[in-house]
Amino acid sequence: MKVITANRLLNGDVVWLGKDDAWVERITLARTFDGKEEVAEGLAIGQKAEADQKVVGVYDMDVTVEDGVILPVRLRERIRATGPTTHPQFGKQAQAVSA
Amino acid sequence: MYRYDEFDASFVSQRTEQFKDQVRRRLAGELSEDEFKPLRLMNGLYLQLHAYMLRVAIPYGTLNGRQMRKLAHIARTYDKDYGHFTTRQNIQFNWPKLEDTPKILEELAEVEMHAIQTSGNCIRNVTADHFAGAAADEIADPRPYAEILRQWSSLHPEFSFLPRKFKIAITGAPNDRAAVQVHDIGLQLARGEDGGIGFVVFVGGGLGRTPMIGRKVRDFLPEEDLLAYSEAILRVYNRYGRRDNKYKARIKILVHETGLEELKADIEAEFEKIRHGVLRLPDEEVRRIEAYFAPPPLEVGSASSDAVEARKASDAAFAQFAAHNLNPHRVPGYTSVTFSMKPIGGIPGDASDKQMDAIANLAEEFGHDEIRISHEQNVILPHVKLDDLPALFDKLVEAGIAEGNAGLITDIIACPGMDYCALATARSIPVAQRISERFGAAERQSEIGELKIKISGCINACGHHHVGHIGILGLEKKGEEFYQVTLGGSANENASIGEIVGRGFSSEEVVDAIEKLVDTYLGLRSGKEETFLEAYRRVGEEPFKEALYGAA
Repeated sequence: MKVITANRLLNGDVVWLGKDDAWVERITLARTFDGKEEVAEGLAIGQKAEADQKVVGVYDMDVTVEDGVILPVRLRERIRATGPTTHPQFGKQAQAVSA
Repeated sequence: MYRYDEFDASFVSQRTEQFKDQVRRRLAGELSEDEFKPLRLMNGLYLQLHAYMLRVAIPYGTLNGRQMRKLAHIARTYDKDYGHFTTRQNIQFNWPKLEDTPKILEELAEVEMHAIQTSGNCIRNVTADHFAGAAADEIADPRPYAEILRQWSSLHPEFSFLPRKFKIAITGAPNDRAAVQVHDIGLQLARGEDGGIGFVVFVGGGLGRTPMIGRKVRDFLPEEDLLAYSEAILRVYNRYGRRDNKYKARIKILVHETGLEELKADIEAEFEKIRHGVLRLPDEEVRRIEAYFAPPPLEVGSASSDAVEARKASDAAFAQFAAHNLNPHRVPGYTSVTFSMKPIGGIPGDASDKQMDAIANLAEEFGHDEIRISHEQNVILPHVKLDDLPALFDKLVEAGIAEGNAGLITDIIACPGMDYCALATARSIPVAQRISERFGAAERQSEIGELKIKISGCINACGHHHVGHIGILGLEKKGEEFYQVTLGGSANENASIGEIVGRGFSSEEVVDAIEKLVDTYLGLRSGKEETFLEAYRRVGEEPFKEALYGAA
């Protein structure tokens, strides 16, 4: 299973493709894609968003869903989804606490 | 200290204006990311894991209080209240917004700083010994030459699209603290038979996926030939360096594939063509630049200080600091002081805005307004009166940068690793933090003595692991972090590339492995004066291997 991810052009924030072609700031809100065709469809939406100056560096990444929660497979993506492990006060993890 | 001339000021402000317009066009959709990326990189702006990252040059690691205060201001205003000093004497801001970067560059230009040539396939920020202009063992201050090289290489049209990046380092002392032999060009100041200044020239050193020690191409290059000879090297590299494969594009590969003698002949032939031309350095021009780096007025004093001795006797932390964080100054009564940016369990090279402000204040109060950043990610005041040390130390304690660990096992170099870097394959900083905690006790560190641990989070080796006495390289294996250990590397005048000791370790195992290596060293050293590196060079890897993996 995959999700589509990128960084927001304006501020570099990590985002994922969510419902209705929106770019969401939490991986839990991402839309999941199964199989080559679906992933290609997701990447095509991403490329259009790149062309529209919304995001940069679109790619697909592996996830699993456990108890309805989307979890990145690779550590790199887990760190992107939360923030630097050395700075718990920064990145998504900080927003999660303050939200 | 060097100040911009009108030429510098005008090109930096032109470049800032250009970049402002490029960002505007990018945000307006007139430039695609493919078009914009090389432009932003030329201005030091990367896109990392969580955000953009701006790398600001600190030429040859020298800056003053006003500049440091500006860096603090940028951290506070446009970032998350901190910056990170890198292994190339730069500073990186980890969270700037794209839309803010033109404003940041404008602010930097106000204090004669910029981010030009901190990225891209060009000649990068020239690095130098962090004790330059102060060290007792120095032949001459290397910074005037670094500055001449900076002026020559800045926006050099012929060398703006090299096969790959190009790094130059220079040291003024026979004890190399600038790692010159692992740079594309390494320069070591020397005196010729007539007493004149010149350089031993090394070419083709580098780390990364193919680590190599630089090869000596000149025993002595006279001062006046510095630019012509450098230009000759760059021309040969620009012409013959490989462009077909990014991983084989550095000059070290050209040296290796062409052979030293043939390459030397190519360089000399090119040099002959241009040595009598416009690049020949006129003596008066070198002396003019040198005057910018004139040392502050320093009164010769006593080589020892009663105030320092008294405090040492009563304060163990101060004694530890004095034992490790001072470097002999050429003027009696003075010393160069290392502020440790490696607090126990902390993040190597990180400085908060408050710490940067404190450093600026201390430089003005105690250090003739001179600050240096070392490639080992520490901060130095090069000219401090011995008698001022107790008062200075108290303020360092307040600022949290008073650890007496310079050159010891917790003075670890580490790249940002996978906590920040898009290229990384594993984390570096948490490993550095755990090692620092394990060995943090002052007595234990002192007992172990000089030991340089260097950690990189990928094969590109920004953490210089190949030249660590103990090097740690973070990789990914089956989705897990995994650390390869090398032994016996060194970046000084007796440079060597470390050898892989055996199979790697998981994140959980790696700190225990380092402890086994250290215990093995303590058990076999001939005495306290034999350092880890010396002991390793004497006995070889076997005892260390056995300690890690058992008898073969």
